Amino acid sequence: MQHIVSVLVENKFGALSRISGLFSGRGFNIESLSVGPTLDPDVSTMTIVTEGDDRIIEQITKQLNKLVDVIKVVDLTEQEYVERETALIKINTRSEDRAEALRIVDIFRARIIDSTPNTYTIEITGDVKRIDAIINLLRPLGIKNLIRTGRIAIARGEGRNASVRDIPERRSVSR
Amino acid sequence: MKMTGSQILVECLKKEGVKTLFAYPGGVNLPIFDVLYDQKDINVVLCRHEQGGGHMAEGYARVTGKAGVVLVTSGPGATNTVTAIADAAMDSTPMIILTGQVPTQMIGNDAFQEADMVGITRPCTKYNILVKDVNDLAQAVKEAFYIATSGRPGPVLIDLPKDVVLAKAAFNYPESVYIRSYSPNFKGNKWQVKQAVQEILKAKKPVLYAGGGVLASDASKELRELAETAHIPVTNTLMGLGGFPGTHPLFLGMLGMHGTYSANMAIHNSDLIIAVGARFDDRVTGRVKDFAPNARIIHIDIDPTSIHKVITANIPIVGEAKTILKDLNQYLSASGNGVSGKCKPWHEQIAAWKKERPLSYDQGDETIKPQYVIDKIYEATRGEAIVATDVGQHQMWAAQFYKFDRPRTFLTSGGLGTMGYGLPAAIGAQMAAPEKMVFCIAGDGGIVMNIQELTTAVQYKLPIKIAIINNRYLGMVRQWQQLFYDKRYSSSFIGEQPNFVKLAEAFGLTGLLASKVGEVEPVLQEALSIKGPVLIDFRVDEEENCYPMVPAGAAINEMVFADPVGPRPAAEIQKAKKAGGILTA
Repeated sequence: MQHIVSVLVENKFGALSRISGLFSGRGFNIESLSVGPTLDPDVSTMTIVTEGDDRIIEQITKQLNKLVDVIKVVDLTEQEYVERETALIKINTRSEDRAEALRIVDIFRARIIDSTPNTYTIEITGDVKRIDAIINLLRPLGIKNLIRTGRIAIARGEGRNASVRDIPERRSVSR
Repeated sequence: MKMTGSQILVECLKKEGVKTLFAYPGGVNLPIFDVLYDQKDINVVLCRHEQGGGHMAEGYARVTGKAGVVLVTSGPGATNTVTAIADAAMDSTPMIILTGQVPTQMIGNDAFQEADMVGITRPCTKYNILVKDVNDLAQAVKEAFYIATSGRPGPVLIDLPKDVVLAKAAFNYPESVYIRSYSPNFKGNKWQVKQAVQEILKAKKPVLYAGGGVLASDASKELRELAETAHIPVTNTLMGLGGFPGTHPLFLGMLGMHGTYSANMAIHNSDLIIAVGARFDDRVTGRVKDFAPNARIIHIDIDPTSIHKVITANIPIVGEAKTILKDLNQYLSASGNGVSGKCKPWHEQIAAWKKERPLSYDQGDETIKPQYVIDKIYEATRGEAIVATDVGQHQMWAAQFYKFDRPRTFLTSGGLGTMGYGLPAAIGAQMAAPEKMVFCIAGDGGIVMNIQELTTAVQYKLPIKIAIINNRYLGMVRQWQQLFYDKRYSSSFIGEQPNFVKLAEAFGLTGLLASKVGEVEPVLQEALSIKGPVLIDFRVDEEENCYPMVPAGAAINEMVFADPVGPRPAAEIQKAKKAGGILTA
């Protein structure tokens, strides 16, 4: 089953490759991975979409937690969450297709963010199904380029997140 | 007052109590060696190959429980340590690897002797760091020692660019360290511990399965107390040997692929396995789906990833073995442990297994049996030596026939199975414990993999004794080829070998030879009477096999005890072959 795992990591040199290396070294799948800063510039959030049975997911979360640079790991799939992905889609448009392209963009409430005589660039945000659907409709018109961000997700309401607010106060631990 | 990075580094090492540094100089770490030249607190041991230096640090760490420290140069010096680093990671050995690096402005330019060590060692270190600013150096060293020695220990690499060790900064060594993203858990969940006590009180066929975690957390005393008060038999993993006295009546011997009949049968038939600081390695479990089918499992380990990784535990307890065993003992004694009575049939059964198939070999009058050599080393050293081994048949025989009564006396490469580990590990051990008797038991294959370190032993006048169990084969490879590849000994015959006695003499050691049974004891006595290092070439039976053996893919109660009869492999091995299908080592 697919899981969305939210990981809070120290924004240090090599942290991303530690995590991607963990997945490749132990044979875990990554469907998508997206990284971005948090409110604290020293900390990043990674959203990893992965797949596996319960035993594998348990290993993934434990192995992630074991990495020294990882502060917190939350498997969002265990709770209610909302997810989004953004795609930028550049399509070829001959004059007879342009109206059709606009209709599709309108139906999906997407936006055209760049236009040239022969191309439209469309921006769409939504869940995976919505993005897959517009891609399917645009494909007959001729997709020139497609860039997807990978999924990001957040817990609903008061649910558990990997959030900078959860980082414990700095305290001294003597040896 | 400002100090250079090199001076800061050496001061940090002193603050961490480092007495011995295994090192090899080269271009970019010369500033550090220059500082080391003037000081008296740290004994710099010059290895002859950086891999050797790495294993020396491992041997040192295994004997002392402190982090072993290695200092090497960039590029090839650093990459040569990678095998030792991977070895330390697999066997949870605390180690600090200080690698030189090209100056920061040249990193990424394919500079002379440049290698991306942080990238190369990322998957085989517990942590690693490239220090880019001399002001961060002291903090990095402090954190490295903390990470390497706390929780589940492991290797930590610090990459030190030349400009950083030359730059100056004020030296402030942090008194304490706090890493918000790293907090090993030492205390076990009390509720879980109480559940474990209930299981122990209920069990009729309990067995303790103790691994290297017992040694890492210095919990031998607590383990023994648990075994004796609750009257539970104990088996050790290869890494756990010495954690429970090898001569104790409750001891079953090692378990697993070359474990004893009684240990494997006890595990297979038990109704409760108490795993302490062990990780259910594939060499222990055999075929996982048939592992201990009727047992409840209590799994105590400081590394949460070890739990439920291979075997699902009924009662997982994450924490340090020592504190959890203490808690267990306390609750058990409070409950008035009524265990021994109902376990009587279990102990009778175990006694029967021990009697039925003890470890054995058939020593005739002429050819030396390898097991006999181990037996005689055990007798000659009165069981008091620190023994370092290489990897292969001799390693398993050492584990089977040398009875380790004390912790930190058996040094071996368990997880990674690194040939060439034994000699340098013995050197590191002797450096750590100058007053102790140190024996290296090696095969004729592995010994030549780090033979250059004989020079190190001679230079530092280390009285180590090296026993080569010489069967002119890569014995374990040959055994597998005999059993599973129709005796096609592809590349396993290594009879074309140096004259080891002369080789020892050329290096400046005493070299001795034993090729007949009657020579074994006198040669050992002679070796022990010599003050300096001695190498003994024991010419043993070339085709002796290591038994019992659980063929790969078989369950651990499906042991093979003797060579198959006839030209084809025996039926039981064929069966195991079919059942497992996995026949590669």
